[in-house]
Amino acid sequence: MTPIGLRERVLGRWRWMAAEPGSASWYFKRDRLAVFSLIVLAILIMMAVLAPLITPYPEQGRGSPSIMDKLKPPSLEHPMGTDPLGRDLFARVLFGARTALIAGFSIQLISVLLGTALGAIAGYFGGIVDETIMRVTDVFLAFPPLLLAMTIAAVLKPSLVNSVIAISITWWPWYARIARAQAVSVRERDYVRAAVGIGVGDRMIIIRHILPNLMTPILIQATLDLGAAILTVSALSFVGLGVPPPTADWGAMISEGRIYIQNGRWWVPTFPGLALFITIMASNLLGDGIQVVANPQLRRGSQ
Amino acid sequence: MSRIEYLARRAALAVFVLLGVLLLTFIVSRVIPGDPARLYLGSRARAEAIQQVREEFGLNDPLPQQFLRYVGSTLSGDLGYSFRTKRPIVEDLRTRLPATMELVLVSTVLAVTIGVPLGVLSASQAGKAFDQFSRIITIAGVSIPSFWLALLLQLLFFMTLDWLPLGGRLSRDILLTDPFTQVTGFFLIDAALAGNWEAWRDALWHIIMPAAVLATYPISLSVRMTRASMLEVLSETYITAARASGLSEIEILFKLALKNAIVPTLTVLGLVFAFSITGAVLVEIIFSWPGMGSYMLNAILSDDVYVLFAVTLIVTIVYIIVNLLVDFVQAALDPRIRMGGGSEA
Repeated sequence: MTPIGLRERVLGRWRWMAAEPGSASWYFKRDRLAVFSLIVLAILIMMAVLAPLITPYPEQGRGSPSIMDKLKPPSLEHPMGTDPLGRDLFARVLFGARTALIAGFSIQLISVLLGTALGAIAGYFGGIVDETIMRVTDVFLAFPPLLLAMTIAAVLKPSLVNSVIAISITWWPWYARIARAQAVSVRERDYVRAAVGIGVGDRMIIIRHILPNLMTPILIQATLDLGAAILTVSALSFVGLGVPPPTADWGAMISEGRIYIQNGRWWVPTFPGLALFITIMASNLLGDGIQVVANPQLRRGSQ
Repeated sequence: MSRIEYLARRAALAVFVLLGVLLLTFIVSRVIPGDPARLYLGSRARAEAIQQVREEFGLNDPLPQQFLRYVGSTLSGDLGYSFRTKRPIVEDLRTRLPATMELVLVSTVLAVTIGVPLGVLSASQAGKAFDQFSRIITIAGVSIPSFWLALLLQLLFFMTLDWLPLGGRLSRDILLTDPFTQVTGFFLIDAALAGNWEAWRDALWHIIMPAAVLATYPISLSVRMTRASMLEVLSETYITAARASGLSEIEILFKLALKNAIVPTLTVLGLVFAFSITGAVLVEIIFSWPGMGSYMLNAILSDDVYVLFAVTLIVTIVYIIVNLLVDFVQAALDPRIRMGGGSEA
């Protein structure tokens, strides 16, 4: 046992980092991989935000070509080499991080909002409202997400906004299901019944009592899915249904690199793919760590 | 609720979902900007010709009638025409579906035969080095973009080592000199049936890389899901009792525990199959595998959106059927299935 106060004094203003043994954040911090991946993600976000300051070639990152330097292998000047239009690949990868992260977070945000709202309404009201919403959800869940997203994106014409829309359409039902299940159990609790009893309106109850109780499982799922969202965005770009050039996009860069590996220009698809892999892996490790923390049943195995 | 009732409910839900899927694709296909008849004929078609095609395809009928005809024709196997090849989509798919299925089946078999034992092993070693290692590897396996992994393998096994072919299903010289009759459309089976072992070996060599790439995600997924369901079973008291009575660890794992963990693992099989079918689209594109994925890519490149609808529809129907089959097998294996209420969603 630590003497009372010692912990606080030693840790000073870093006290918030010292979690009580057995608490959720204590478990999370024991998962070094998850903590590490959180740091990696933070660095990635920083790099995406500061991209124009990090690379000496921000214009090339945004898309302006530099034909004289095309397809140069990695060197000190161009650490990842240059692409078929002579642009510094490192700059392109940095700007590609912006596309990937913006798209990934947007998809999660739209799907969480839409799914949670519909799921909460279905679970709270029950009956015919519930049946209708959940059967529609079933129909959407029946589609393979990537194929439905490809079809919708093809109908809408390729752009960043359209690929976000296309993927979000396939993404929200999962959140609707989680939100509904949670709302059904919250609905029966005493304080909700009490609120109904004293005449609080449905809208108020949903906002004040139902939604706050949904957020934990929803946010865990959102973290778990971030990697998949980013992967799907890049898959759409890979088949030519994502962000049109000259905007940097990892999926499109990998697709472009396909032709060049046969001439030994391995760096063209390799580095964008590596960035994509690291981003998805970090999101998945983080999601995995958070899930273990949130679900005590899984803890047993992780120690 | 009896088991029969449960299954009847699942089947009814599947039919309902199928109709919903048809309605949704119908709605989306009617939202497409641009006249389908004009798309079909090309941009320089004359107005009369367009009218004629509209009549021919029934595009002037009221929408509900169009929808009914769409449901009818889809269920009878008519998926419409490809604007690019000007052939019925079903015809085009006839050779492509087996190509994709061959890839998907090989990858599903790999996922189960490699993934499930590794999951069992991982659960028995929970928390130890092997388990930690397998956690990292499997998370990497579900994280790695298939289309990137495919390129890396091509760089290594084709460009650098020159062990495996770059893509395709068969070498050109085999196709020219040593063709075999296609019975099932599965080259590994057809070549074996014909006794053409040279072609068989060639087909095997061609399928290794795409199947390995396609199996990466499913293998990792089955390790993780098997591990999770095994851990749950291993904490049951009857396992402790079996241990106390001196059964060997192998017997406990594979005879007692896996038997009860197999039902959730079976759900994995459905998932794996579903993931593989979608994943195949991307993998086929890289390996020029002449299946549905390459067909979709060609359709994307030539703005042939109806092909995308048709393929999405086919895969979704396969999805629904596989899920229903999994439900049935699960119900047969697990006497505890007496779930009430479809609203349980």
